[in-house]
Amino acid sequence: MKKLLFALATTAAVIGFSAGAYAADKAKVCFVYVGSKTDGGWTQAHDIGRLELEKALGDKIETQFLESVPEGPDAERAIERLARSGCGLIYTTSFGFMDATVKVAAKFPDVKFEHATGYKTAPNLATYNSRFYEGRYIQGQIAAKMSKKGVAGYIASFPIPEVVMGINAFVTGARSINPDFKIKVVWANTWFDPGKEADAAKALIDQGVDVLTQHTDTTAPMQVAAERGIKAFGQASDMIKAGPETQLTAIVDTWGAYYIKRTQLFLDGKWETSSSWDGLKDGILTMAPYTNMPDDVKALAEATQKKIESGELKPFTGPLKKQDGSEWLAAGVSSDDGTLLGMNFYVEGVDDKLPK
Amino acid sequence: MGMFEAILLTVITAATPLVLAAIGELVTERSGVLNLGVEGMIIMGAACAFIATQLTGSPYVGILAGIASGAIFSLLFGFLTLTLVANQVATGLALTILGLGVSSMIAEPYLGQSGIKLPQIVFPVLSDIPFLGAVLFKQDLIFYLSIALVAGVNWFLFKSRAGLKLRSVGDSHASAHALGINVIRTRYLAVMFGGACAGLAGAQLSLVYTPQWAENMSAGRGWIALALVVFASWRPWRIVAGGYLFGAVSISQLYAQASGVGIPSQFLSALPYLATIIVLILISHNRRTTLINTPASLGKSFVPDR
Repeated sequence: MKKLLFALATTAAVIGFSAGAYAADKAKVCFVYVGSKTDGGWTQAHDIGRLELEKALGDKIETQFLESVPEGPDAERAIERLARSGCGLIYTTSFGFMDATVKVAAKFPDVKFEHATGYKTAPNLATYNSRFYEGRYIQGQIAAKMSKKGVAGYIASFPIPEVVMGINAFVTGARSINPDFKIKVVWANTWFDPGKEADAAKALIDQGVDVLTQHTDTTAPMQVAAERGIKAFGQASDMIKAGPETQLTAIVDTWGAYYIKRTQLFLDGKWETSSSWDGLKDGILTMAPYTNMPDDVKALAEATQKKIESGELKPFTGPLKKQDGSEWLAAGVSSDDGTLLGMNFYVEGVDDKLPK
Repeated sequence: MGMFEAILLTVITAATPLVLAAIGELVTERSGVLNLGVEGMIIMGAACAFIATQLTGSPYVGILAGIASGAIFSLLFGFLTLTLVANQVATGLALTILGLGVSSMIAEPYLGQSGIKLPQIVFPVLSDIPFLGAVLFKQDLIFYLSIALVAGVNWFLFKSRAGLKLRSVGDSHASAHALGINVIRTRYLAVMFGGACAGLAGAQLSLVYTPQWAENMSAGRGWIALALVVFASWRPWRIVAGGYLFGAVSISQLYAQASGVGIPSQFLSALPYLATIIVLILISHNRRTTLINTPASLGKSFVPDR
């Protein structure tokens, strides 16, 4: 079924290309999306970035995109098609496009590629990622201040390092305020299923958590939290509409600045491969307004955000223990990026067994 | 409210759309038509119910819109497979793809809007019964409808003359035709009933389960409903048993996780499917009852010779 959809999508894209072929004086910048550009979460954030790019450099470039491209062999064909059709710079925006992007990049040395959230690079293939965990550390601090019971609920998607890192950052932030803080984790084993996410939220709330956070893509958990009268954090985009009196803040992905910066380098002929992992200070993620909390909590969150932006505070800094009580980081030592990107253990305070 | 009641409430919300879509598909299949487009009809129902609710402010108008859109959408399937005699499997799959696409398109302006939740209907006295009262008699209209529909379908199929005719069409369309039963008309009606039920299931998703619109929010529930029909061996009350078993296992695994039970979550997530397979094996063990209940003309096209 997905393949059929994909065939339709590529056909439509090819028609689009032939129509735009006359504008040969502009450089073509292309995007490959894993979801639909109106998914309200991950892909929409990338598409907003693309629109910002068009606004900033629209006189020199034109953009094109393919949406709902399944990960796997189909992705390779989609990326190759874009490369053949004259795209000079191609952004592939899902972790699962990694191997496909690597293969196509090897075939088209003159085309530049950028792959989001991956770790494989080549002379014409760069990677870019966002330090989402910085935002989760701030959320953890807010949760510790707002929770009366000292227990937060965490709806997780899949046990990959990115998600585990988020859980650990949240707990670490919370424990910097309340050393006894605990979280309960439910693995939904999906990125996107409003019903299941709502069920997970209910399960957590019924067991006594009074602050909820999520690493899945829909606003369903926010809605349940609003219904049950507890507070929650949004994910990937500002979810304030789903919980005007519920959302404390949200991590908002803002890729636009990165796309503009890299595309400008490409236009100037100065593009080089790199592995960029930017954070709050670079504006690649921002925090939605701090709402529904007392002023002192808001002040604390803002102060923490400033410290992270200035580099004064690194969320994963010792003394930190692993879940089993063994030492992970000694006092004053900060974790290196390699450990974070391959994170496969919990820190102390997580009331869950990490699925392997 | 105790933990058990809390779990039960969550299970009911999760099982209701499955029961609704499956009971509709059961009637369709009993008439000998295999409609694999349940997922597409659910998502159309969800989209239209949400849009109508947002436009009018009344979730009850939304329910009607959901039912109507499911029925109308299923007519497309009926026209292609019954009038034009297209292949049912291929047409059903196409209906699902079409439904997912069309619903995303028409409901796009409604993304991210907060919906209106269908209010609960509380039965006085009955809802005061300790324990079960709050669970069974403080629900929304769609839950009551789902149980009433199953009872109604059970009566219709096995106690009424029209139901007997419908089953005969599903078992041997040639004989039914020879007896003067209008096979095509019966099947059209059965397909539309299936569509209406799937549409109602969709309305439950966007008005009760998660009052919002999100693309592809049915997330595979149509396929589970299809499996439930086989699981129930085409008997209405077994749909309820199957739907609630599936719901109970998939919800309790979330509660088990939240309480910190040290079982791998991948195993827990697979548990509902595992439980379904085991029950299926137990049921199909008795080959005779399976054969008696399976509509013999299921999936076969009918062209009246005269």
